[in-house]
Amino acid sequence: MARKRKDAQPGSAYIIQKPDSTEERHTLAVIVSNEPGVLARVIGLFSGRGYNIESLTVAPVNEDETLSRITIVTSGTPMIIEQIKNQLNRLVPVNDVHDLTEEGEFVERELAMVKVVAKARSHDRRESLRMAEVFGATVVDTTTDSFSFAMTGSPSKVKAFIDLMRALGKTEVVRSGVVAIARGAKAL
Amino acid sequence: MSSADERTGAQVIIKALIDQGVEVVFGYPGGAVLPIYDELFKQNHIRHILVRHEQGAVHAAEGYARSTGKVGVVLVTSGPGATNAVTGLTDALMDSIPVVCLTGQVPTHLIGNDAFQECDTTGITRPCTKHNYLVKDSDLLATMMHEAFYVARNGRPGPVVIDLPKDIQFAPAPYVGPESVKPRSYRPQTKGETARIEEAVEMIARAERPIFYGGGGIINSGPKACKRFTDLVQKTGYPCTLTLMGLGAYPASDKQFLGMLGMHGTYEANMAMHGCDVMVAVGSRFDDRITGRLDAFAPDAKIIHIDIDPSSINKNVQVDLPIVGDVGTVLGQMQKVWSAKVKRRRNGKAVDGWWKQIAKWRGRDCLAYGADDKIIKPQYAIERLYELTKDQDTFITTEVGQHQMWAAQFYKFEKPNRWMTSGGLGTMGYGLPAAIGAQLGHPGKLVVDIAGEASILMNIQEMSTAVQHRLPVKVFILNNQYMGMVRQWQELLHGGRYSESYSEALPDFVKLAESFGAVGLRATKPSEVDDLIKEMISVDKTVIADIAVDPAENCFPMIPSGSAHNEMILGEGKSSKAEQTVSEDGMVLV
Repeated sequence: MARKRKDAQPGSAYIIQKPDSTEERHTLAVIVSNEPGVLARVIGLFSGRGYNIESLTVAPVNEDETLSRITIVTSGTPMIIEQIKNQLNRLVPVNDVHDLTEEGEFVERELAMVKVVAKARSHDRRESLRMAEVFGATVVDTTTDSFSFAMTGSPSKVKAFIDLMRALGKTEVVRSGVVAIARGAKAL
Repeated sequence: MSSADERTGAQVIIKALIDQGVEVVFGYPGGAVLPIYDELFKQNHIRHILVRHEQGAVHAAEGYARSTGKVGVVLVTSGPGATNAVTGLTDALMDSIPVVCLTGQVPTHLIGNDAFQECDTTGITRPCTKHNYLVKDSDLLATMMHEAFYVARNGRPGPVVIDLPKDIQFAPAPYVGPESVKPRSYRPQTKGETARIEEAVEMIARAERPIFYGGGGIINSGPKACKRFTDLVQKTGYPCTLTLMGLGAYPASDKQFLGMLGMHGTYEANMAMHGCDVMVAVGSRFDDRITGRLDAFAPDAKIIHIDIDPSSINKNVQVDLPIVGDVGTVLGQMQKVWSAKVKRRRNGKAVDGWWKQIAKWRGRDCLAYGADDKIIKPQYAIERLYELTKDQDTFITTEVGQHQMWAAQFYKFEKPNRWMTSGGLGTMGYGLPAAIGAQLGHPGKLVVDIAGEASILMNIQEMSTAVQHRLPVKVFILNNQYMGMVRQWQELLHGGRYSESYSEALPDFVKLAESFGAVGLRATKPSEVDDLIKEMISVDKTVIADIAVDPAENCFPMIPSGSAHNEMILGEGKSSKAEQTVSEDGMVLV
């Protein structure tokens, strides 16, 4: 009796999903002590308990670099999102967990670099440069047969840009994953 | 240089253990921990108990911790020493037992080189510990040692590993005392929110069909928490049930106690859980062995859940009123509010009706078994063990399987910390080392490991440990020549095809005991059981008592997998539903 994982509650062998609960996408800001193994703890928690990771980024953020901020985009039913936050909070090096999605308005940004290979003097090559302008992407490298663009934006904007570039030639894509910060004067 | 600065890492480790109040360390030496063993040799504060397998060391530390409320300490070497400890660590994590496990490691410059007896200990133990440390800088050694104890015992307790490279053990290391160590990021909430406590008391005071459902968290919170729990239950006059882990938190002989709940819990406890309108879950975690089928779990209940671990709340069952905090502290807060509110109660009549209903369920006498004067029923053996030991302070440990459930059903625990069993992980081989740990914590007290003949063989080597350290633990084997619980499930779920569950080629346990330098006893007839138990108690030596019990006996009542609390199978052919089959959905569950 194979079950879809989304129908099962982590931590239980039993099926308890309420039919009306739907999956939500949440962006979490997790402040952790900057020590070896802390990322492995967070990732191990997600894989060990069967939670989703859509995106994960991490870097030290305070002045003396003792704290790192992990931005995790995850999805799940409200009950699972609650579990994820509680489980994260339980890890000893985790200082704080903020659910940006729940705490109000926030801004998400992602950096992407896209290489588009199109023949010299071709229409597609000119078109890629024109569209890059529209998206506010900058050229970081070029050859006669290619452009490499860098752009930042919301994940949907980044996706739209990449989709357009794919139509114009052979592409290579690298994305940084999402970083996010709450709107307003309150600092975490 | 001051004298404190002249300490080596190994000396700092021993000093930290002493300052943490450690009296006993369970361990096994090896190349990567020799400097620590050398320091152990030179001191007289800490007693080292040499086990025969590292798994045994962790279980012994668990038994010690659970029976004393202190942190259990383990010392093992790198590589196989650490990997052998993994089962014990996982067991301690599942049952929330405070354990600090020191593991040796190859010197820092060899880490990652596949050195002899190297393994990625912190990597392997990350998911099976509450937290772990790899000490790469001897300046941080003392801090990490004390922090490990803080993490192990505070909040929801659990096992902590400190991985100690051999060069760190030799390196000069500064010492700081325990009082100067305060982990920055780990601050569990102990006090419950006042508004929620008032709301909870209001709900409890208005309940018409209430039940208290207590778990191991009460035991972990300490004897004071158990006292407060008992007081609150008795002040309300409501029924109370306990999980396997919670036995002893409420006196089992009290009339408000309905017995254990869950898969092999009593009929009255499970029916009361199913029918209640207000459930007060205290230090329990709605494990699948407790809830049965979740969509039919306590359908009419408003649930109050008190737990120190927020991740236990709303994990399996959505509750109506969560209270995060230490169980003992929250119960203390509730008692105060209760005393103020109690006058306005108007639910007396309804609660009387509820007790009448419970009396009917009790009337089913769900633990009844067919007495026999030729063959020893396992239930009878435990009943007799209880009757003949109840007048002295007795500590019971178990292995895992049918005998464990019978022990939980038939041995009545009046006090906390007297019952040590592997609840969450279900580790066969737990009982004997745990009994060794309990005996060390309580010299002169009676410690009995209620075992099965299959489980006991999983850590039988610890007999040597018991005999070496003159620990008079009693191994009480209910020998049915089967992995009984496996056989029971095969009977119920797999058409009686007893695949590999027969205990073939068993040793002669009496001779086995004698070969270890212990005493072996055997009973094969019901008439011999009392004499055997009396002799077992009176001998001041390690004993293996081999009780030949009915090989066909099954453990009832039972909630089959995927069934609800009101769909129990009762013993003696009685069942709460006319038709009893395990659904296909239930088959896939464990």
